[in-house]
Amino acid sequence: MAEIDRSLLGVWGPATAMRIETGKIREFARAVKDPNPAYLADAGALAPPTFLMTMAHWLRDLAETRSAVKLDYRRLLHGEQEFEYLRPIRAGDVLTFRSRTRDVFEKQGKRGGTMTFVIGETEFTNQRGEVVAYLRNTAIETADAVKE
Amino acid sequence: MANSRFVEGAAIPPFVVENVTRTDLVRYAGASGDFNPIHHDETFARAAGNPTVFGHGMLTAGLVARCITDFVGAGALRRYKVRFATRIWPGDTITCAGRVTRRYQEADETRIDGEVTATTQKGETAVTGTFTAAVPADA
Repeated sequence: MAEIDRSLLGVWGPATAMRIETGKIREFARAVKDPNPAYLADAGALAPPTFLMTMAHWLRDLAETRSAVKLDYRRLLHGEQEFEYLRPIRAGDVLTFRSRTRDVFEKQGKRGGTMTFVIGETEFTNQRGEVVAYLRNTAIETADAVKE
Repeated sequence: MANSRFVEGAAIPPFVVENVTRTDLVRYAGASGDFNPIHHDETFARAAGNPTVFGHGMLTAGLVARCITDFVGAGALRRYKVRFATRIWPGDTITCAGRVTRRYQEADETRIDGEVTATTQKGETAVTGTFTAAVPADA
Protein backbone atom coordinates (compact mmCIF):
# COMPACT_ATOMS: atom_id res chain seq x y z
CA MET A 1 0.00 0.00 0.00
CA ALA A 2 1.06 3.53 -0.73
CA GLU A 3 2.11 5.61 2.24
CA ILE A 4 0.50 9.04 2.03
CA ASP A 5 1.49 12.22 3.87
CA ARG A 6 -1.39 14.59 3.10
CA SER A 7 0.41 17.56 4.62
CA LEU A 8 2.80 17.46 1.63
CA LEU A 9 0.13 17.46 -1.10
CA GLY A 10 0.55 20.52 -3.31
CA VAL A 11 4.02 21.33 -1.97
CA TRP A 12 6.57 21.89 -4.76
CA GLY A 13 9.81 19.91 -4.62
CA PRO A 14 13.25 21.36 -5.40
CA ALA A 15 13.77 22.76 -8.91
CA THR A 16 16.18 21.56 -11.61
CA ALA A 17 17.30 23.60 -14.64
CA MET A 18 18.33 22.36 -18.11
CA ARG A 19 19.09 23.88 -21.49
CA ILE A 20 17.05 22.44 -24.39
CA GLU A 21 19.46 21.07 -26.99
CA THR A 22 18.98 21.00 -30.77
CA GLY A 23 20.32 17.45 -31.00
CA LYS A 24 17.92 16.16 -28.36
CA ILE A 25 14.96 17.69 -30.18
CA ARG A 26 16.04 16.09 -33.48
CA GLU A 27 16.63 12.75 -31.81
CA PHE A 28 13.19 12.86 -30.19
CA ALA A 29 11.40 14.00 -33.36
CA ARG A 30 12.93 11.07 -35.23
CA ALA A 31 11.90 8.64 -32.48
CA VAL A 32 8.25 9.69 -32.79
CA LYS A 33 8.56 9.60 -36.61
CA ASP A 34 7.84 13.29 -37.07
CA PRO A 35 9.87 15.05 -39.80
CA ASN A 36 8.11 18.41 -39.32
CA PRO A 37 10.62 21.12 -40.43
CA ALA A 38 9.77 23.15 -37.29
CA TYR A 39 11.60 20.54 -35.21
CA LEU A 40 14.63 20.37 -37.53
CA ALA A 41 15.57 24.06 -37.68
CA ASP A 42 19.27 24.77 -37.24
CA ALA A 43 18.52 27.47 -34.67
CA GLY A 44 15.54 27.77 -32.36
CA ALA A 45 13.98 24.42 -33.30
CA LEU A 46 10.56 23.92 -31.75
CA ALA A 47 10.16 21.07 -29.25
CA PRO A 48 7.60 18.42 -30.33
CA PRO A 49 4.45 18.12 -28.19
CA THR A 50 5.58 15.19 -26.03
CA PHE A 51 9.23 16.28 -25.81
CA LEU A 52 8.91 17.27 -22.15
CA MET A 53 8.94 13.57 -21.28
CA THR A 54 12.69 13.73 -21.88
CA MET A 55 13.06 16.25 -19.04
CA ALA A 56 11.00 14.48 -16.42
CA HIS A 57 13.74 11.91 -15.90
CA TRP A 58 16.13 14.64 -14.78
CA LEU A 59 14.09 15.80 -11.85
CA ARG A 60 15.96 14.92 -8.72
CA ASP A 61 15.10 11.77 -6.85
CA LEU A 62 11.31 11.53 -6.95
CA ALA A 63 11.32 10.50 -3.31
CA GLU A 64 12.60 14.03 -2.69
CA THR A 65 10.49 15.93 -5.24
CA ARG A 66 7.30 13.97 -4.70
CA SER A 67 7.64 13.24 -1.01
CA ALA A 68 3.89 13.24 -0.28
CA VAL A 69 3.45 9.66 -1.46
CA LYS A 70 5.67 6.62 -1.23
CA LEU A 71 4.62 4.18 -3.93
CA ASP A 72 5.37 0.55 -4.61
CA TYR A 73 6.88 0.75 -8.10
CA ARG A 74 6.27 -2.96 -8.73
CA ARG A 75 2.55 -2.20 -8.69
CA LEU A 76 2.60 1.04 -10.65
CA LEU A 77 0.76 1.75 -13.91
CA HIS A 78 0.91 4.89 -16.04
CA GLY A 79 -2.77 5.73 -16.42
CA GLU A 80 -2.89 9.13 -18.09
CA GLN A 81 -0.54 11.84 -19.27
CA GLU A 82 -1.56 15.44 -19.90
CA PHE A 83 0.36 18.37 -21.39
CA GLU A 84 -0.72 21.98 -21.10
CA TYR A 85 1.19 24.31 -23.46
CA LEU A 86 1.32 28.00 -22.57
CA ARG A 87 4.24 29.20 -24.71
CA PRO A 88 6.54 27.68 -27.35
CA ILE A 89 9.59 25.74 -26.14
CA ARG A 90 12.63 26.05 -28.39
CA ALA A 91 16.21 24.81 -28.61
CA GLY A 92 18.40 27.14 -26.57
CA ASP A 93 15.75 27.78 -23.91
CA VAL A 94 16.78 27.08 -20.34
CA LEU A 95 13.87 25.48 -18.52
CA THR A 96 13.57 25.38 -14.77
CA PHE A 97 11.17 22.72 -13.60
CA ARG A 98 9.72 21.48 -10.36
CA SER A 99 7.18 18.89 -9.41
CA ARG A 100 4.54 18.19 -6.82
CA THR A 101 1.86 15.70 -5.94
CA ARG A 102 -1.47 17.45 -6.48
CA ASP A 103 -3.84 14.80 -5.23
CA VAL A 104 -4.12 11.23 -4.07
CA PHE A 105 -7.31 9.22 -3.89
CA GLU A 106 -8.30 5.59 -3.60
CA LYS A 107 -10.86 3.52 -5.47
CA GLN A 108 -12.01 -0.06 -5.12
CA GLY A 109 -10.69 -2.16 -8.02
CA LYS A 110 -13.09 -4.21 -10.14
CA ARG A 111 -11.54 -7.45 -8.94
CA GLY A 112 -11.26 -6.36 -5.33
CA GLY A 113 -8.41 -4.60 -3.63
CA THR A 114 -7.75 -0.91 -3.36
CA MET A 115 -6.26 1.09 -6.22
CA THR A 116 -4.39 4.28 -5.35
CA PHE A 117 -4.48 7.14 -7.90
CA VAL A 118 -1.71 9.72 -7.68
CA ILE A 119 -1.93 12.97 -9.69
CA GLY A 120 1.51 14.49 -10.21
CA GLU A 121 2.26 17.86 -11.80
CA THR A 122 5.48 19.32 -13.18
CA GLU A 123 5.77 23.03 -14.04
CA PHE A 124 8.28 24.34 -16.61
CA THR A 125 9.48 27.97 -16.60
CA ASN A 126 11.78 29.46 -19.24
CA GLN A 127 14.78 31.80 -18.89
CA ARG A 128 12.44 34.83 -19.14
CA GLY A 129 10.48 33.68 -16.11
CA GLU A 130 7.47 32.63 -18.23
CA VAL A 131 5.67 29.41 -17.36
CA VAL A 132 5.76 27.49 -20.66
CA ALA A 133 4.07 24.20 -19.83
CA TYR A 134 2.60 21.87 -17.28
CA LEU A 135 2.95 18.13 -17.43
CA ARG A 136 0.45 16.13 -15.39
CA ASN A 137 0.36 12.40 -14.95
CA THR A 138 -1.88 9.91 -13.25
CA ALA A 139 -0.08 6.95 -11.74
CA ILE A 140 -2.10 4.03 -10.45
CA GLU A 141 -0.81 1.69 -7.78
CA THR A 142 -2.71 -1.56 -8.20
CA ALA A 143 -3.69 -3.97 -5.46
CA ASP A 144 -1.62 -6.77 -7.00
CA ALA A 145 1.79 -6.77 -8.65
CA VAL A 146 1.71 -5.66 -12.27
CA LYS A 147 3.18 -8.29 -14.59
CA GLU A 148 4.32 -5.82 -17.20
CA MET B 1 -15.24 30.56 -41.30
CA ALA B 2 -14.46 30.47 -44.99
CA ASN B 3 -13.92 26.74 -45.38
CA SER B 4 -14.52 23.57 -43.43
CA ARG B 5 -11.08 22.35 -42.45
CA PHE B 6 -11.42 23.02 -38.72
CA VAL B 7 -15.16 22.77 -38.15
CA GLU B 8 -16.88 20.54 -35.64
CA GLY B 9 -17.02 16.98 -36.94
CA ALA B 10 -14.13 17.41 -39.39
CA ALA B 11 -11.98 14.29 -39.73
CA ILE B 12 -8.29 14.44 -38.82
CA PRO B 13 -6.45 12.58 -41.60
CA PRO B 14 -4.91 9.30 -40.40
CA PHE B 15 -1.19 8.84 -39.80
CA VAL B 16 -0.18 5.20 -40.19
CA VAL B 17 2.98 3.51 -38.91
CA GLU B 18 3.44 0.08 -40.45
CA ASN B 19 5.42 -2.70 -38.79
CA VAL B 20 6.68 -1.17 -35.55
CA THR B 21 10.17 -2.62 -34.99
CA ARG B 22 12.26 -3.33 -31.91
CA THR B 23 14.63 -0.69 -33.24
CA ASP B 24 11.74 1.81 -33.02
CA LEU B 25 11.36 0.92 -29.33
CA VAL B 26 15.10 1.25 -28.65
CA ARG B 27 15.17 4.57 -30.49
CA TYR B 28 12.33 5.87 -28.33
CA ALA B 29 13.99 4.56 -25.16
CA GLY B 30 17.17 6.47 -26.01
CA ALA B 31 15.41 9.64 -27.12
CA SER B 32 13.06 9.80 -24.14
CA GLY B 33 15.38 8.40 -21.49
CA ASP B 34 12.82 5.76 -20.50
CA PHE B 35 14.98 2.66 -20.17
CA ASN B 36 12.51 0.38 -18.47
CA PRO B 37 13.96 -2.96 -19.73
CA ILE B 38 10.47 -4.30 -20.38
CA HIS B 39 10.59 -2.27 -23.63
CA HIS B 40 13.95 -3.48 -25.02
CA ASP B 41 15.30 -6.49 -23.11
CA GLU B 42 13.73 -9.67 -24.50
CA THR B 43 14.98 -11.82 -21.62
CA PHE B 44 13.60 -9.42 -19.03
CA ALA B 45 10.25 -9.04 -20.84
CA ARG B 46 9.77 -12.82 -21.07
CA ALA B 47 10.76 -13.36 -17.44
CA ALA B 48 8.04 -10.87 -16.50
CA GLY B 49 5.47 -13.02 -18.33
CA ASN B 50 5.26 -11.20 -21.66
CA PRO B 51 5.61 -12.88 -25.07
CA THR B 52 8.20 -10.28 -26.08
CA VAL B 53 9.06 -6.59 -25.58
CA PHE B 54 6.30 -4.04 -26.11
CA GLY B 55 6.12 -0.34 -26.92
CA HIS B 56 6.25 2.58 -24.50
CA GLY B 57 2.81 4.12 -24.09
CA MET B 58 4.42 7.51 -24.67
CA LEU B 59 5.83 6.34 -28.02
CA THR B 60 2.27 5.75 -29.21
CA ALA B 61 1.28 9.09 -27.66
CA GLY B 62 4.08 10.71 -29.67
CA LEU B 63 2.81 9.18 -32.91
CA VAL B 64 -0.70 10.44 -32.12
CA ALA B 65 0.75 13.91 -31.43
CA ARG B 66 2.25 13.90 -34.93
CA CYS B 67 -1.16 13.04 -36.38
CA ILE B 68 -2.62 16.09 -34.60
CA THR B 69 0.15 18.53 -35.53
CA ASP B 70 0.11 17.38 -39.17
CA PHE B 71 -3.48 18.68 -39.06
CA VAL B 72 -3.21 21.84 -36.92
CA GLY B 73 0.48 22.69 -37.41
CA ALA B 74 3.54 22.55 -35.15
CA GLY B 75 3.21 24.84 -32.16
CA ALA B 76 -0.59 25.04 -32.33
CA LEU B 77 -1.36 22.62 -29.50
CA ARG B 78 -2.59 24.16 -26.27
CA ARG B 79 -3.46 20.96 -24.42
CA TYR B 80 -2.98 17.25 -25.10
CA LYS B 81 -4.09 14.40 -22.88
CA VAL B 82 -3.71 10.67 -23.44
CA ARG B 83 -5.02 7.58 -21.72
CA PHE B 84 -3.25 4.26 -22.18
CA ALA B 85 -5.45 1.29 -23.10
CA THR B 86 -3.65 -1.71 -24.61
CA ARG B 87 0.00 -2.29 -25.44
CA ILE B 88 1.57 -2.28 -28.89
CA TRP B 89 3.94 -5.02 -30.08
CA PRO B 90 6.72 -5.34 -32.65
CA GLY B 91 5.14 -5.98 -36.04
CA ASP B 92 2.01 -4.00 -35.24
CA THR B 93 0.59 -1.42 -37.60
CA ILE B 94 -0.61 1.67 -35.74
CA THR B 95 -3.25 3.96 -37.22
CA CYS B 96 -3.64 7.36 -35.57
CA ALA B 97 -6.75 9.36 -36.44
CA GLY B 98 -9.38 11.60 -34.92
CA ARG B 99 -11.96 14.31 -35.38
CA VAL B 100 -12.76 17.84 -34.33
CA THR B 101 -15.38 17.96 -31.57
CA ARG B 102 -15.75 21.69 -30.97
CA ARG B 103 -14.71 25.11 -32.33
CA TYR B 104 -14.80 28.25 -30.19
CA GLN B 105 -13.10 31.50 -29.21
CA GLU B 106 -10.89 31.57 -26.12
CA ALA B 107 -7.92 33.66 -24.95
CA ASP B 108 -8.16 35.83 -28.11
CA GLU B 109 -7.73 32.76 -30.31
CA THR B 110 -9.91 30.54 -32.43
CA ARG B 111 -9.56 27.12 -30.87
CA ILE B 112 -10.71 23.60 -31.57
CA ASP B 113 -11.06 20.58 -29.32
CA GLY B 114 -10.64 17.13 -30.77
CA GLU B 115 -10.48 13.47 -29.92
CA VAL B 116 -7.86 11.06 -31.23
CA THR B 117 -7.09 7.36 -31.09
CA ALA B 118 -4.29 4.99 -31.96
CA THR B 119 -5.61 1.64 -33.18
CA THR B 120 -3.73 -1.54 -34.02
CA GLN B 121 -4.31 -3.78 -37.05
CA LYS B 122 -6.21 -6.08 -34.68
CA GLY B 123 -8.72 -3.31 -34.11
CA GLU B 124 -7.57 -2.75 -30.53
CA THR B 125 -7.36 0.78 -29.16
CA ALA B 126 -3.85 1.43 -27.83
CA VAL B 127 -4.26 5.07 -26.83
CA THR B 128 -7.17 7.49 -26.65
CA GLY B 129 -6.63 11.20 -26.36
CA THR B 130 -8.15 14.66 -26.40
CA PHE B 131 -6.59 17.96 -27.42
CA THR B 132 -7.10 21.69 -27.73
CA ALA B 133 -5.36 23.62 -30.50
CA ALA B 134 -5.29 27.15 -31.86
CA VAL B 135 -6.35 27.45 -35.52
CA PRO B 136 -6.45 30.39 -37.94
CA ALA B 137 -9.68 32.38 -37.56
CA ASP B 138 -10.30 32.18 -41.31
CA ALA B 139 -9.66 28.46 -41.81
